[in-house]
Amino acid sequence: MAGLLDIVGGLLMVGGTAFLVFGGLGLVRMPDLFNRIHAGTKATTLGTLLTLAGAACLRPDWGWKLLLIAVFILSTNPLSAQVLARAAHRIGAAMSVKTRVDRLEEDQGA
Amino acid sequence: MTQARHPGVQFATLLLFWILLNGSLAPDVLIVGVIAAAAITLLLPGAIPFFGQFRGNRPEAWVAAIGYFTYFFKELVKSNLRIAAVVLAPSLPVSPGIVKVRTKLKTPMGRLLLANSITLTPGTLTVDLDGDWLYIHWVRVESVDIDKATAEIVAGFERYLEVMYG
Repeated sequence: MAGLLDIVGGLLMVGGTAFLVFGGLGLVRMPDLFNRIHAGTKATTLGTLLTLAGAACLRPDWGWKLLLIAVFILSTNPLSAQVLARAAHRIGAAMSVKTRVDRLEEDQGA
Repeated sequence: MTQARHPGVQFATLLLFWILLNGSLAPDVLIVGVIAAAAITLLLPGAIPFFGQFRGNRPEAWVAAIGYFTYFFKELVKSNLRIAAVVLAPSLPVSPGIVKVRTKLKTPMGRLLLANSITLTPGTLTVDLDGDWLYIHWVRVESVDIDKATAEIVAGFERYLEVMYG
């Protein structure tokens, strides 16, 4: 019995998967590490959240646990991205030739 | 010092997490949860600065919190659509760079939330924090000027976080 919730849940999961695909595509296409982190962090955060929301529609009894997972993802994903970016900058990871400015490098060099 | 004023809040948060994780309100589950939450609250006061530093005693902080989450999710969706557009465009229109911006926020929790929010919003990624300064990697640099970049990246969230955490 496919109710309205099942349809909404399915659509949300498809939407989430689409963003995850964009994220994966971004990992391949972006020119350097920092830009890849952008694609990897943002797309996976929203993609996972939408997938979780879809799962919550399909299985409402899982709702609270899914919400808890969402909270953890929202608080840990950006943090790990930031730490990765900082570590990469510290070891001098190559930046794209398109890069216009690097204030961090300027300040540390000074 | 702010944390010590809210042991009840920390206890309630821990207990809520316990209940959510268990997905049950059975008496035996609740009793274990109460004991564990009480022990953690006594042994590690101030372990959750997220609530300890929150100015929950001021009503405007709650209004700001609602505004913050609304704005945050709007920006998160916008950010994803923009990244998707960049990734799908054949020319890959990026002009990245690291810019420097300044925050008015003073509390560690406020700054942490600001840095996290910036990372999840359109085209910006926090690379490093140094006192009042944040270094932001920007997929499409619109301005290298500190004031303009601050207005563009930081101001939106700072407006809410300033009221919530100071």
